[in-house]
Amino acid sequence: MGNELQRVPPAHPVHHDKDLPFLLTTVEWVVQWARRSAVWPVTFGLACCAIEMMAMSASRYDIARFGAEVFRGSPRQSDLMIVAGRLSRKMAPVLRRIYDQMPEPKYVISMGACASVGGVFDNYSIVQGVDQVVPVDVFVPGCPPRPEALIYGIVQLQKKIAETPYFTRREL
Amino acid sequence: MLATDILSILTRELPSGRFEVIESLDGMPTIAVGLEHLLATAKILRDAPELRFVFLADMIPVDYHPRDPRFELSYLLVCPGTAGFGDTPKRLRVKVAVASGATIPSLSSVWMSANWAEREAYDFFGLQFEGHPDMRRILMPEDWEGFPMLKDYPVQINSPVKTYEPLQVTEEEFVANIEETRRAARSAPRPK
Repeated sequence: MGNELQRVPPAHPVHHDKDLPFLLTTVEWVVQWARRSAVWPVTFGLACCAIEMMAMSASRYDIARFGAEVFRGSPRQSDLMIVAGRLSRKMAPVLRRIYDQMPEPKYVISMGACASVGGVFDNYSIVQGVDQVVPVDVFVPGCPPRPEALIYGIVQLQKKIAETPYFTRREL
Repeated sequence: MLATDILSILTRELPSGRFEVIESLDGMPTIAVGLEHLLATAKILRDAPELRFVFLADMIPVDYHPRDPRFELSYLLVCPGTAGFGDTPKRLRVKVAVASGATIPSLSSVWMSANWAEREAYDFFGLQFEGHPDMRRILMPEDWEGFPMLKDYPVQINSPVKTYEPLQVTEEEFVANIEETRRAARSAPRPK
């Protein structure tokens, strides 16, 4: 992955004149920078993918390097929901409710084959893709994805946030 | 204890019963019982001093779809063989053939663990248990249609996923709810 895992470059450069005591940039860039630099995921694991998600947040892989390490216990304090694992039809209303309780702006990563397309569980009880329940921003393939893959997904999400205009509201 | 020994005890206690020894591949004693004698047999298996199968480990329904009778129930019984619960540790498999639509006597009055096992059998196979204290679904959503472990149930279903609308209250209803809660808290007797 190499260069792909570098920090997200600023979408708009910050102008700094050494002779003047201030910086010049746009409100849009500052808001996008603030949003993408502190993505707080909600503590929400459904299956074995959640183990890799925990490994990603622990010291060996450490998403604190990308400013997304604070797993919140309440959806009301979270920006990101990582759907880690297979979603059963019985769990779908619960997932939707947690998503509804998150404040705007909010983002969803569908982690792994089961959350994205149902995986090997092509049966009556598993939702064949969580995009039927919540809008998904990033799909991470794998069974389960390695922590590096999920970190790559979070970096992709940060790039997406950096390119999302601040003054237009996301349509759900 | 061999299946034939258990069978002779059962025949002694319940002469009208219809019992049969079944050869099992794993060597575990296995007997077949008629559905009409299931409840009486269960009580004997639990209470007869030589048997004392005091624990129902599991109950497994099987759907042999085109065959008649369609279902077969396997009750896995355990005698721990400790003080007061039988002389030697032993296990027994009891098989019951059940026709489609037949009413099965609930064994939850004999073994407490039959309660959830029978609810699961109802949830997945639609089997009806008579005399069960709480006959409703246990694992599937309560408004689920059909019984998914039946052989003629589709593997994949393409119905839309139910998510339910969140409860919306107006500001007046919200304030009224809070006032109602406070009023109830004031009128409740204080704990001493």
